Amino acid sequence: MLEVRDLRVYYRTLKGHVQAVDGVSFSILPRETLGIAGESGCGKSTLANALVLLKPPMEYIGGKVFLGKDELPIADYDAMRRFRYRRISLIPQYAMDALNPTRKLGRIFRDLVMDLGIPFDGDLKRKLRERLEFVNLPQTVLRMYPFELSGGMRQRVVMVQASLLDPEVMFADEITSALDVSTQKAVVIMLQGFVREGFVGSLAFITHDLSVLYQIADRVLVMYAGKVAEILPCEKLIGGCRHPYTKLLLSSLPKVGLRHTEHPLVGIPGQPPALLSPPKGCRFRERCPEAFERCTEEPPLLEVGPGHLVACWGETGDA
Amino acid sequence: MLELKEVTKVYRVGAFGSRGLLAVDRVSLDVPAGTIVSLVGESGSGKTTIGKMVLRLIRPTSGRILFEGRDVNLMGKRKLKHYYRKVQGVFQDPFSSYNPIFKADRIFWMIRRSFFPKVPPRDWEQHVVEALKEVGLNPKEVLNKFPHQLSGGQLQRFLIARVFLLDVKLLVADEIVSMLDASTRVEVLDILLKLRERGGGVLFITHDLSLGYYLSDRIVIMYQGAVMEYGPPEEVFGNPVHPYTAFLLEAVPTLERKWKGGIPNIAGTAADIKDRDICRYAARCPHYNESRCRDPVLEEVRPGHWAACWRR
Repeated sequence: MLEVRDLRVYYRTLKGHVQAVDGVSFSILPRETLGIAGESGCGKSTLANALVLLKPPMEYIGGKVFLGKDELPIADYDAMRRFRYRRISLIPQYAMDALNPTRKLGRIFRDLVMDLGIPFDGDLKRKLRERLEFVNLPQTVLRMYPFELSGGMRQRVVMVQASLLDPEVMFADEITSALDVSTQKAVVIMLQGFVREGFVGSLAFITHDLSVLYQIADRVLVMYAGKVAEILPCEKLIGGCRHPYTKLLLSSLPKVGLRHTEHPLVGIPGQPPALLSPPKGCRFRERCPEAFERCTEEPPLLEVGPGHLVACWGETGDA
Repeated sequence: MLELKEVTKVYRVGAFGSRGLLAVDRVSLDVPAGTIVSLVGESGSGKTTIGKMVLRLIRPTSGRILFEGRDVNLMGKRKLKHYYRKVQGVFQDPFSSYNPIFKADRIFWMIRRSFFPKVPPRDWEQHVVEALKEVGLNPKEVLNKFPHQLSGGQLQRFLIARVFLLDVKLLVADEIVSMLDASTRVEVLDILLKLRERGGGVLFITHDLSLGYYLSDRIVIMYQGAVMEYGPPEEVFGNPVHPYTAFLLEAVPTLERKWKGGIPNIAGTAADIKDRDICRYAARCPHYNESRCRDPVLEEVRPGHWAACWRR
């Protein structure tokens, strides 16, 4: 289980600090899939990268991260080597396009494991074969170059890569966004299998597409401008969400059966604030249709139901 | 307005072009004025190739593309320039559509240089400001900036603003919102609807079925270069005839139901020109029947609803 307490990770730039992750607290329970949602520029990827691969220009400002009983030394790049891939791993965004084009996949797998000081021997080779079979890839891919595979196949290769050492937590960052609907569905069902079979202890699935998130997540964390807007059980997402941002995100989704003539979609006007100097108080204030005076103060993260947290002044009953 | 007649594109691959890859196979469709026609399919279905052929970035191997009755591929240099005044394209990645060294509004000055060299700069600036207002941008915020200073949605709307500067009748929109957030998508889609209101046509290329349904007057489902089914979205998605349409609908993520069942069959390779006589979808089709799946032709199932499958 992973527990994150008041994590702050900024980007150091010439103009000052970009407050990409600013006081985020959450936990991921064993065998759980946590979905992380939000628009681009809300700190989702920064959050995942910071927990696994924190390096400049990212800067650790504060907060604590616990993995099981151990505190993760996320600010210390070298000390994290003991944990990275072995206990906490990440499928970075666009990872499938970052496979070394001059190496065959078998070699890529071997190099990755050897680099961690683990012998690439019979057991691990057998495990790799089983995993490839699990994601419906033929064993022959190990003798192929990355460019010989389709996008969906490469995505499955990086999924096997990141989970090969059975990490306790795996972050998957936007791994379905570039895929076709059918491949998207296949990848999501395979990931659910990863959790079920115990290949990964728990999963954090990051996407901007709430309808995909709904298919896989047990709980949903909605981020806005580097902060937690709402955490709620997945089944409460429809009809039960409380934060105006979550509601607007849901209403901007098209679906089969909706025509522009009968149900015009509404977007969220404007865009997330620049995090170099974010607005004081609630960061969603300027785009929020329900904003009032109190919103110039920082909203507390209130528990409004079992496992349901909302950071909105509208919940305090002062509105 | 735009008509495709039996358009085919074969890419030669392999040593000395020994193998023919059938990217688009005898596709006929039309985009009348004031309609949005969606091309829907997975990657490799040939939808982008069709868009490129309409924009004459590549030429078809056979078949004709007619715009207002004239064959696009027979146009000379002057006719073609006139054609581009009426037909423009916008593509998926807004960042790669711009030269990062120049300011983003350079695209408007390029239009002036090639189409309206006689318009004085001051008047042209006024036109640009009006066009930006049409696409819902605040000229003060977006002019005089470099591409990296603008968001993806703003850049995409910049490109569509060309529609209002030129006399554009047909816009080829190739996955123009797939890189944008759901919240900013709507604003871009609304511009396409505005263009439709004014009698313009849009060829909307997408892999997102729900967007196709939302926006279009007609939907064309493609698989490996061939049209599987087409008709009004209510018909095609309400009563899908082709197994492929049903398969796609099953895989769409929605907030109403969770996915059931196993891993969908996503096997399949690009069509070789040799197996042109068998239904493209045969390898994945649960209803494949060797004798009946020979070279299916599009037939009208219900008024306006066509499908290429024997199981009607």
